[in-house]
Amino acid sequence: MNSDNSSGHISQRFDDELDAVKSQLTEMGGIVEKQVSDAIASLLDADALLAEKVVKKDKSINTLEVSIDEDCALILARRQPAARDLRLVLSIIKTTTDLERIGDEADKMATQAINLAEEGKAPHGYVEIRHIGQHVSKMLSQALDCFVRQDVELALRVAQEDKAVDLEYGTALRAMMTYMIEDPRSITRVMSIMWSLRALERIGDHARNIAEHVIYLVKGDDVRHLGLKKMAEKVHET
Amino acid sequence: MPSGKITSVTEQTNQLQTAPSTGETKLANRANDYSQTVGNIRVDSPKMSMSNVDVFYGDKQAIFDVSLDIAKNEVIAMIGPSGCGKSTFLRCLNRMNDTIDICRVSGKILLEHEDIYDAKLDVVPLRARVGIVFQKPNPFPKSIYDNVAYGPRIHGLATSKVELDEIVETSLKRAGLWNEAKDRLDQPGTGLSGGQQQRLCIARTIAVSPEVILMDEPCSALDPIATARIEELIDELRSNYTIAIVTHSMQQAARVSNRTAYFHLGYLVEVGKTNDIFTNPNHKLTEDYITGRFG
Repeated sequence: MNSDNSSGHISQRFDDELDAVKSQLTEMGGIVEKQVSDAIASLLDADALLAEKVVKKDKSINTLEVSIDEDCALILARRQPAARDLRLVLSIIKTTTDLERIGDEADKMATQAINLAEEGKAPHGYVEIRHIGQHVSKMLSQALDCFVRQDVELALRVAQEDKAVDLEYGTALRAMMTYMIEDPRSITRVMSIMWSLRALERIGDHARNIAEHVIYLVKGDDVRHLGLKKMAEKVHET
Repeated sequence: MPSGKITSVTEQTNQLQTAPSTGETKLANRANDYSQTVGNIRVDSPKMSMSNVDVFYGDKQAIFDVSLDIAKNEVIAMIGPSGCGKSTFLRCLNRMNDTIDICRVSGKILLEHEDIYDAKLDVVPLRARVGIVFQKPNPFPKSIYDNVAYGPRIHGLATSKVELDEIVETSLKRAGLWNEAKDRLDQPGTGLSGGQQQRLCIARTIAVSPEVILMDEPCSALDPIATARIEELIDELRSNYTIAIVTHSMQQAARVSNRTAYFHLGYLVEVGKTNDIFTNPNHKLTEDYITGRFG
């Protein structure tokens, strides 16, 4: 039996409780990932129906967040987990918060997609949405993978990618401002694109947070606010 | 090792339950190697300092080459599964093991640079300097007052009745029992509740102004409220005394101690700051024990 996952406790029910909450988290991750890709698609295709589906679905993410947190609270109260188990429960609680926020960002993008579908497509900005969207989706899926596999190397890569996304976001913003100056009639629509870009950038931040929770879970080191270089050192420390 | 992109939720769930970690080798490799203590066994100004302590009961060795410092005014908790030697080790610290005929202790145990196993050393004053509180409250079949006054009397710590009264009062106050006992000092100590009896035993221990207090599972016979009071008391006592506590309750160790020492099959496996031991221990066996897995 590998002690690196949640099993192996003298109390089999404790194993089951931890497994159950991990499964719920994975389920939530799956839904959130789908929400983000649907939100991006609804923007790119001006698909208001898909966007409305995304807005509706956000409720189920909120419900899962509450349910996971409740289960974690019960585990803390009943089992008083220590060491790795404690870090697992803490990082699950924190990850649900990030996933829920990602859900909110997807919801915001879908709302912008609905606006754009009503007002007509924006003249510019779809290349940026597609590009940053792909980048961020990959980060999110890697962040979820590294949680499942407890892979700190992958977690480190996710954190590094976030920096690249921030740069791309800055560039895209400048391009959007140029478009607005060139054609003030498009300001409302370009603003919708800008809000969507902003949402994508935030999703990247949350994916990075999740990666940091994984490093904390596996290595026991809190790497938040450390900077990439120090983070890499902690990851490679034995 | 799972590889490739995980696509579906079910697949993720399955992987989650079987996935090995990629970053956990430092713990896993050490599972069978515990002869070398992990962590810093020495401190700057030790109150007690143990080096290479072995303990035998007849032919059977119970403690293997344990070295450890106990710092002044710290609370150090000793934890480990039953039979790991934590109580045996604690009892070496005031030569309580002398009372067991077949028990033999070797190595060095210093109390303020003084070897407590020195043949010339008188064990009675030693036990006044290093007091002990046991698992089951064991008040003398005497009055509450006499229970506390017993030690100061035999050690001649009080010259007058007034002085003795004062020692009894301070000790009971420090043990948090004064308010409950002050009106019944002449009544038998055995008439108190379990938790009160344990606090009486602590009062009896501190009446002779010890430097170190050893506690051998002091709360395991008490209910949660009485336990909380004893823990509160340990917290207050730490400013004046050095405390070594053996406990079966890991939560208790986590709550009351500054440092924690983990024993396994007679070896000191790991010692470190309690905060680190309970969130991020370095030895696999420590982690298995405190997370409730098999060792």
